[in-house]
Amino acid sequence: MINLELSKPLQDQKAMMQGVAAQLLRPISRKYDQQEHAVPEELKVLDRRPRPSQKPPAAKDGEAKKERAEKPPKKKPEGVVNGSNMSTCVTVEEMCWGDVGLMLSLPGAGLGNAAISAVATPEQKARFGSYYAAMAITEPASGSDSASIGATARLEGDEWVLNGEKIFVTAGGRCDAVVVWATLDKSKGKAAIKSFVVPKGTPGMEVAKLEHKLGIRASDTATIMLTDCRIPKDNVLGSAEVQEGDKRAAFGKVMQTFDNTRPTVAAMAIGCSRAALERTIELYKAEGIEVDFDKPLWEMSALEAELVRMEADWEGARLLVLRAAWMADNGEPNSMEASMAKAKAGRVGNAITLRCVELCGALGYGQDELIEKWARDSKILDIFEGTQQIQQLIVARRQLNLSSDQLK
Amino acid sequence: MSELPLFDLTLTEEQALMRDTVRKFAATEMRVHSRSADEAGRAPEGFYEKSVELGFNMVPIAEDQGGLGAERSPVSNMLIIEDLAYGDMSLALGAVSSLSFINAVIDHGSDAQQQALLPAFTEDGFRPASVALMEPGLRFDPLKPKTRARKVADGYVLDGVKTMVPLGGSAEVMLVVADEQDRGPAAFVVERGQAGLEASDERFMGLRPLQLSKLTLSDVKLPASARLGGPEGSFDLRRLVDLSRIGVAAASLGVGQAILDYVKDYCSERVAFGEPITHRQSVAFMIADIAIELDAMRLMVYRAAARAEQGLDFRREAYLARVQCADKGMKIGTDGVQLLGGHGFIREHMVELWYRNMRAVGILEGCASV
Repeated sequence: MINLELSKPLQDQKAMMQGVAAQLLRPISRKYDQQEHAVPEELKVLDRRPRPSQKPPAAKDGEAKKERAEKPPKKKPEGVVNGSNMSTCVTVEEMCWGDVGLMLSLPGAGLGNAAISAVATPEQKARFGSYYAAMAITEPASGSDSASIGATARLEGDEWVLNGEKIFVTAGGRCDAVVVWATLDKSKGKAAIKSFVVPKGTPGMEVAKLEHKLGIRASDTATIMLTDCRIPKDNVLGSAEVQEGDKRAAFGKVMQTFDNTRPTVAAMAIGCSRAALERTIELYKAEGIEVDFDKPLWEMSALEAELVRMEADWEGARLLVLRAAWMADNGEPNSMEASMAKAKAGRVGNAITLRCVELCGALGYGQDELIEKWARDSKILDIFEGTQQIQQLIVARRQLNLSSDQLK
Repeated sequence: MSELPLFDLTLTEEQALMRDTVRKFAATEMRVHSRSADEAGRAPEGFYEKSVELGFNMVPIAEDQGGLGAERSPVSNMLIIEDLAYGDMSLALGAVSSLSFINAVIDHGSDAQQQALLPAFTEDGFRPASVALMEPGLRFDPLKPKTRARKVADGYVLDGVKTMVPLGGSAEVMLVVADEQDRGPAAFVVERGQAGLEASDERFMGLRPLQLSKLTLSDVKLPASARLGGPEGSFDLRRLVDLSRIGVAAASLGVGQAILDYVKDYCSERVAFGEPITHRQSVAFMIADIAIELDAMRLMVYRAAARAEQGLDFRREAYLARVQCADKGMKIGTDGVQLLGGHGFIREHMVELWYRNMRAVGILEGCASV
């Protein structure tokens, strides 16, 4: 039965996370925008990771969610599910309504953690489960084309030896471990790319610098150098074999992580832009200006019509995000839909925040309000986890049934 | 209220079956006649009679009035309009014009009025009916009609002009929305041949087979019983407007999907500089954006319809869906022509027709209540 309202549990969760975002994130939002690279101490209360050497406790709150996320929805379950993908999107939207940079700084919520829970063996999960894990893919000469990465891994006895330079590693400074993408043999292309868990403190791994950014300054973005960095053989995630025949299979599996994380990043854009739109509406309401849905569009002021159009675009993007997450929850392949959500939410989120700054004039541009900050934060959401253009490429290839050789 | 239902995009079994039937109908009875109907300015001979056989008019009418007496479903009606409009938007709106009338009578009519008006729609054949809401000129506000209804001793007297009334020239019966003296908007049942009522053809950029008409009401004398809901009854014009916005927005989904499918085929076959033009990002990305915006539009229309069906407030959702469908729908329309280049401008291809029809999405009001 067609219904696009959130279920009761999701609404409750949304309300709860809204409270957390309002009480914990908003008050320190500007502070960590200004104190770039400072670790937000206030967020430690949200750290739910099991202490090291402690066995992971049975399902509880945040952990319970992770637990469910670990089960890949392989076969279609009986009846419709509103599960972990939807609840993650709802949570992320609210947290990013609070602050995108701080949300990315939540201990234990690294992208590497998503990779570990998606691919790791039970033994690896036991070893790596308590890590706050970052993900290192991008290199100075390799961005959207992740198959072109140059970092190398070679097996020497019982150890992998890693070499290379990784940039734009979110939480790379403050994490406990980094999931590093490296190639076993550059001549074998995508099939030879594997991911490796490298704990902090491993000799040969060094955080070379932290970037100074346009936005999400609360989140640290690191450059990581790997120089003959040795890690145990069983720190590789997934199979270490290079499959010669079906090139796509292995790499495709790694890339599938993104089918689940793209709606999440899209949800970040939804939360961030909602913050800007709500605040703009609130500021104008105090001036007695409010959208009246009884008026035709052309009887509204230019400002009111603009607010309506932004809200419409926002709503469309939000529903695309929920659809992509819903499909994942129900075991339906959602690669294209995830990219659609990311494409629309990324650009709409950026456009809305920028427009809100303009509509609020000097107040919007000023740092007494957070609107200008949201306009800086939102830009990255149309870039990381696949740029706008990459999302369009994915959607276009799928729509037109073209391979990556045909539509480059 | 107990547990809210789950977020769900699955059609019911009935909706899926209906969808199959309507899509086949759209392909065999609509799309193939779309061009000739546009050129002729009227529906193909016998089209509406065939559309009645789909049975959607019967669904919400009570059993003792000859209908199926099933639950009125804005979602099902929305899906039907989407699928019909994939065939042709004009014919789709013509085919649901009577349904729009029926729905308004069910929503706002007294028992006696339902008894008097609805059974005729359950008989064999097509009974054209329409809702006349829009008025000519700039700055039309659907919630503030200027057509006036004066109360007189034995009924009402209507004066005013209506525009863009679907099937206006042939409708057997119509609902005319007017501003009732001292009471605000009300709707009146006006039958064909009524003294003082004159219908004339209008010509628009698109929607030509829909036979949109201008109605001039001069001193139209109606009995007290003509007022929908009875002389003392209330009339919720906003509901009618909002439900129709869902219907018109649903039509834009069908047109948008038709454009997407057409440009995918055309651009995949069109070769320039030695390969299909879809191999170029500038072309492929335009197509990707059509697909993305169309799905966003679709989800918004579905949400508004589902809220209406669940009895939730849906004014905001219907408004936003209409705005999104008008804006992005027109972008899809213009990109559809652009992607065919000069060929898109030639009436040999369908895209120019969809371009013209799509422009009406942000304009039409009141005629497609789900």
